[in-house]
Amino acid sequence: MPRPPSPSIPEKEFLFNALKQSLRLDGRQALEMRTPTLTFGPDLGWVECSLGKTRYVCNLICIHEIHLIVYLRVIAQVDGKMVKPPPERPLEGLITIHSEISPMASTEYEPGRPSDEEVTMTRMLDKVIRRSDAVDKESLCIQAGQRVWHLRLTIHCLADAGNLLDCACLAGIVAFKHFRRPEVEVVGDEVTIHHPSERAPVPLSMHHTPFCLTFAYFPDTSTPPVLDPTHLEQRLSAGLLSVALNAQRELCVVQKAGGVPLDPDEILRVVDVAVIKAKELDKIVEERLKEDFAGRNIEVQ
Amino acid sequence: MSSRVEILNDGGYRSDGRKQYELRDIVIDLSQRGTADGSASITHGLTEVLVEVFGPREAKVRAQTMHDRALINVEVNIVPFSTGERRKRSRGDKRILELGSTIKSTFEPVVQTSLYPRSEIDIFVHVLQQDGGLLQASINASTLALISAGIPLHDFVCAVTGGVHSTAPMLDLTTLEENDIPHVTVAVMPKTKKVTLVTMETRLHVDRFGDIFKLACEAGQVIHKEMKRAVSERTQKLVTAMEMGPRVVPSADVGDRDAMIDDLNDY
Repeated sequence: MPRPPSPSIPEKEFLFNALKQSLRLDGRQALEMRTPTLTFGPDLGWVECSLGKTRYVCNLICIHEIHLIVYLRVIAQVDGKMVKPPPERPLEGLITIHSEISPMASTEYEPGRPSDEEVTMTRMLDKVIRRSDAVDKESLCIQAGQRVWHLRLTIHCLADAGNLLDCACLAGIVAFKHFRRPEVEVVGDEVTIHHPSERAPVPLSMHHTPFCLTFAYFPDTSTPPVLDPTHLEQRLSAGLLSVALNAQRELCVVQKAGGVPLDPDEILRVVDVAVIKAKELDKIVEERLKEDFAGRNIEVQ
Repeated sequence: MSSRVEILNDGGYRSDGRKQYELRDIVIDLSQRGTADGSASITHGLTEVLVEVFGPREAKVRAQTMHDRALINVEVNIVPFSTGERRKRSRGDKRILELGSTIKSTFEPVVQTSLYPRSEIDIFVHVLQQDGGLLQASINASTLALISAGIPLHDFVCAVTGGVHSTAPMLDLTTLEENDIPHVTVAVMPKTKKVTLVTMETRLHVDRFGDIFKLACEAGQVIHKEMKRAVSERTQKLVTAMEMGPRVVPSADVGDRDAMIDDLNDY
């Protein structure tokens, strides 16, 4: 399938001129994120995360209504099963992340063949969720050397409106926080798994909650960076800086590969902005999780 | 555990005898290898990386070329004997692909690709010995190889790793240190002092990050000085060899003969 056409010159110029005046096409501030909406499914560990909402812009002179749909949807699901651990790490559980961008997300993606963006997203997801040790792997051990939990996180991207990475990371980490594994009892050599209806399932023990924030930079260095770029902003950007950190001011991943060169002070400034945003995101996530669990207590003993 | 090696002891010395901010020994070799248009080998302490550059040349896969720029292709090959234990890595290994793609995105804005539309520049990275600072050495060697090939660049790209051991920042880490402390790799363009690459995969507090980041940017300038010196020396050697005429072969560097001199000798 041929590469999708690049944005037209008028679109490019319009965007660059607007950004120079700190105006974004969807009306957000330069450093404003789209509000995430988290929907939890019937199963524990099933989360749908969407960034943005439908906004209406009314032009008073002409009678048309212009709808700007800035809608980005990602579904994440966690499920676990017991396996034998590899011999070099007998005391830790296993976590695998499988992410897929379906052609439903955008005409750019083909089924089966991972595009460049998909590969980048998979690698970043791996770094943010797995390598940063968000989930305590030692707590996933049931019997040393024989049985451990193998958690599998599957991420499906349904609609792409720019910045799939941040949405996918958010969905993934919330799915881990939402998931409850069945309680396991070990008596000597016997392992009994209790069904969720017998004993309440146990939450995963997490070290910290990383959030990923992506900033886009443009070829003209006088243009300020934008947080959470839309599809068009991402295509026209000259560089992306992704920062993953948790609410305790710890940076997990910083990734700026190529793109327009930046001043060291600029990067530190962006990191400071990210710290503030991460705290906000953390609050939103905690509230949503509390709401959802308040609703569920009746079903799960 | 008493058998554990100290990362930084009370006297301020690291496990390999260096001080906190001391960089490892740098050895740069820009001599011609085989048929490559440009080749460079850099050694940071025990980490040795060899990079060969071919190009700009006609693209192998026409479909991927761009009408207004050259395509940069990076392939990384980590030899099985590079680490202490012999380990053969498959070509599709995610970490190797990631390394290649990081190097590619680092050099795309630096190489003046708009001068060579519809062509391809191939960068082959061979990691001969690994002891920490793999991305750092690969980027430094690639810069030198591109310069050796005569491909126009906007500026050097100098990379260095940095890490923080509790509150003490350290530069140019070995494998032992990388496995233990959070670390970051930074690549700077020395003329403008701007940063082209920052990668960090380990958890580090924001304040500590600020310290080590600034330090690493300055260390990039030091590496730039070394690289510039090596390039000047190499250029000097080439210029002297060319001015000496076809009959006279410099007897001292038998191992450093240029293909150019050999060709002239044939006539």
